[in-house]
Amino acid sequence: MADFKEISPNASAGAKLTNWFENRLPTAFDMYKVHMSEYYAPKNFNFWYIFGSLAMLVLVIQIVTGIFLVMHYKPDAALAFGSVEYIMRDVPWGWLIRYMHSTGASAFFVVVYLHMFRGLLYGSYRKPRELVWLFGCAIFLALMAEAFMGYLLPWGQMSYWGAQVIVNLFAAVPFVGPDLALLIRGDYVVGDATLNRFFSFHVIAVPLVLLGLVVAHLMALHDVGSNNPDGIEIKATKGPTGVPLDGIPFHPYYTVHDIFAVCMFLLVFSAVIFFAPEFGGYFLEYNNFIPADPLKTPLHIAPVWYFTPFYSMLRAITDEMILVLIACVVGGAFLGVTKFKLPVIFKAVVLGAAAVVIAMMLSIDAKFWGVVAMGGAVVILFFLPWLDNCAVKSIRYRPDWHKYLYAVFVVNFVILAYLGTQPPSAVGERVSQVGTLFYFGFFLLMPWWSRLGEAKAVPTRVNFTAH
Amino acid sequence: MSETLVDTQKIDSSKRTWLIASSCAGAVGVGAAAVPFVSTFQPSERAKAAGAAVEVDIAGLKPGEKMTVEWRGKPVWIVRRTPEQLASLSKVTGQLADPTSKRKQDEFTPVYARNEGRSIKPEFFIGVGICTHLGCSPSDKFQPGPQASLPDDWQGGFLCPCHGSTFDFAGRVFKNKPAPDNLEVPPHMYLSDSKLLIGEDKKA
Amino acid sequence: MKKVLLTLLAALGFMVGAQANTGGIDWDKAPDRSNDLAALQNGAKIFVNYCLNCHSAAFMRFNRLKDIGLTEQQIKDNLLFTTEKVGETMKSAIDPRQAKDWFGANPPDLTVIARSRSAQGQGTGADYLYTYMRTFYPDDTKATGWNNLAFPNIAMPHALWELQGKRAPVYETVTEHGHEVHVFKGWEQIAPGTLAPEQYDQAVGDLVSYLQWMAEPAKNTRVRVGFGVMLFLLLMTFFAWRLNAAFWKEVK
Repeated sequence: MADFKEISPNASAGAKLTNWFENRLPTAFDMYKVHMSEYYAPKNFNFWYIFGSLAMLVLVIQIVTGIFLVMHYKPDAALAFGSVEYIMRDVPWGWLIRYMHSTGASAFFVVVYLHMFRGLLYGSYRKPRELVWLFGCAIFLALMAEAFMGYLLPWGQMSYWGAQVIVNLFAAVPFVGPDLALLIRGDYVVGDATLNRFFSFHVIAVPLVLLGLVVAHLMALHDVGSNNPDGIEIKATKGPTGVPLDGIPFHPYYTVHDIFAVCMFLLVFSAVIFFAPEFGGYFLEYNNFIPADPLKTPLHIAPVWYFTPFYSMLRAITDEMILVLIACVVGGAFLGVTKFKLPVIFKAVVLGAAAVVIAMMLSIDAKFWGVVAMGGAVVILFFLPWLDNCAVKSIRYRPDWHKYLYAVFVVNFVILAYLGTQPPSAVGERVSQVGTLFYFGFFLLMPWWSRLGEAKAVPTRVNFTAH
Repeated sequence: MSETLVDTQKIDSSKRTWLIASSCAGAVGVGAAAVPFVSTFQPSERAKAAGAAVEVDIAGLKPGEKMTVEWRGKPVWIVRRTPEQLASLSKVTGQLADPTSKRKQDEFTPVYARNEGRSIKPEFFIGVGICTHLGCSPSDKFQPGPQASLPDDWQGGFLCPCHGSTFDFAGRVFKNKPAPDNLEVPPHMYLSDSKLLIGEDKKA
Repeated sequence: MKKVLLTLLAALGFMVGAQANTGGIDWDKAPDRSNDLAALQNGAKIFVNYCLNCHSAAFMRFNRLKDIGLTEQQIKDNLLFTTEKVGETMKSAIDPRQAKDWFGANPPDLTVIARSRSAQGQGTGADYLYTYMRTFYPDDTKATGWNNLAFPNIAMPHALWELQGKRAPVYETVTEHGHEVHVFKGWEQIAPGTLAPEQYDQAVGDLVSYLQWMAEPAKNTRVRVGFGVMLFLLLMTFFAWRLNAAFWKEVK
């Protein structure tokens, strides 16, 4: 008890209680200081900076509503659909919990996509925050898995056939594919076995992984400090007390700021839940009100809206597209060999690898390469910190045309998303092929284009106007 | 930290006002939000439907016979008492723990059962067949006279096999037995002379 | 040349997409009687009398009808045929295997049919059902003797034919873009039903409103609570905004 902090016997009961805890769990008090009252965040955060906190809020909403749904849901192929209607009708206020969870799932992706876009805008993934970005990409992957498995649980037509299609994608992997798909399903087709294991993953396994990754994401962030819209490292200019001049303690300034942001979010969130929970068939798909029928495929299967950009890319990879991609590989190999000063042995390796890739692309089904493209579109995000060679972090100080390029990227992503909701068409196929090429080109050519143009001078202190 | 040393007096009072307002509104909001979640714990419509009142046809029940129906997962006995069985009720009053069913009336004895026979019609006794000790279902011991685990002057009634509690033909518990209370009389009403509704009575 | 071909293909693609749902005619707008208790009760009566013979509504409890103004006694007296208890769900009397034999397909459960039949770009499920129940016509080539304009070749017979009678669709041959096209013009009444056409439309409107209500009985509560929640949140947002401003005033 030598290190105990003494307190005056005249102190208030509250102070004494706090002191009792502080002597026995000082870590909690240190954590509060490190992460809240003495975590100095840049004072120039703007609207784009609310989405991280909102993502945490939505995670909590999903977990809490999920806990209450699991009390009534039955993970059995014969009972699942009925149990969801049981929740909607027979459980007091069950309909509200259900709508909160279904709207929350879509809200999660809206918030996360905007959160990621903020990272893109201000270079939040750049050194020294690469690990924050990597954890974030892992969270994105886990989130997609969580949403995909959760969607099977209502056991509607869309649930069933969406799962059937996606699991069959794994069958496209050469050699191990069919066995892999069988292993995932636990049966020859998506069925009760699949439902039960997806239930386990969705309710326990992936949420635990998500929580762990979120903690890692925040720890990595707090260790290096937050970025800001100007892309300036505020720790470079510290005051006499060692506190960054452009920093303000997270608590109370950003707790209060986030409370406001949460209220605004809840307004939109509640408006959807109470007045348009189906959201035109995008948040609750109409076909999912039909119980799953393994013998009848719906006329038009589409994944839920948040997967559609990647689904577009999957569908875009046809036999014709493979030829275009082979041309890209050839082009890439040629550039790699002629533009860079590499020892001859490395040049040989590049050419050899290109030859192997081309051979594979010619011999393996386009279906498999569609899966590769779809997965690659997410995996490429992991490499972003090393693809960006621009002298400045933030879009504010980049050449103006970078802004237009980012705008085109967003528009392209939205178009791909829209096309993914539609049945396949000839025009749609061409547009998504162009869109896929643009998406990958944006990232793969970034080491080159990010260096073009004249960056503007970056100030030493942040841009901030008093409120 | 940026300079925050500006007019603390003015700023503090506005901060305090809004802190109090937000905290109060927030507390109300959180409380209101908790209501639907806690409400999901209440019995669902399915549970309520399963626990709905049961109609029983007692036309075929002969004197001295007992029939059992299920209501809310519990066995409910309907005993058509013979005149001898009814007469036995006054003989055992001195041996009972709660002869006038005064204990926990709201729980065990509805208003219309607060009489010697603990029933609406003296001929028919309706009671939940669950011992008030630890929940076993007592066995019928309608035959008077000495028997195993029963006293020599046994008038007839029920014996619980688990710990030996005994009840008379009105479900009243005998003294010095593990069970503290008389058998529960469920809410019930007669729809006609031959139709009994268990689970609801007129005031419901 | 390629451009022309591509545009034509695109046009075809869009046309196909527009009819992707059932390949039937465009849907009429169903009347909104969601707050008309009398209409909903009439719809419930039609539903129980005509639909529950073959279809079930396995997630709908009879006693929920209290929400549209019926008493338990009224429900027991008028609407309970196959079941004794008012707390039970609306199961149909038919054996699903027999139904499959007779109709070729098991009549689907109707509890949430009004939600499942909505289609983006075409209309709500109620619109579809309103159109569907009014576009049956006799067709000798079909096993049931009936066909339908909103869902061609459906296995269901015209359950309400006694009310509507028999009508045949009238087509007109029109030349469009150099092709002869059959365009649906209207109806010809072959045999009368017990209801006049406007009365029948009214009855179907009631039935469809009932189906829409049955698909989400909590809807009115949802909207009502929603107003309260929005009002509270607006107030809360105002407080949060002022609270935020009070703190950030001091940040220079």
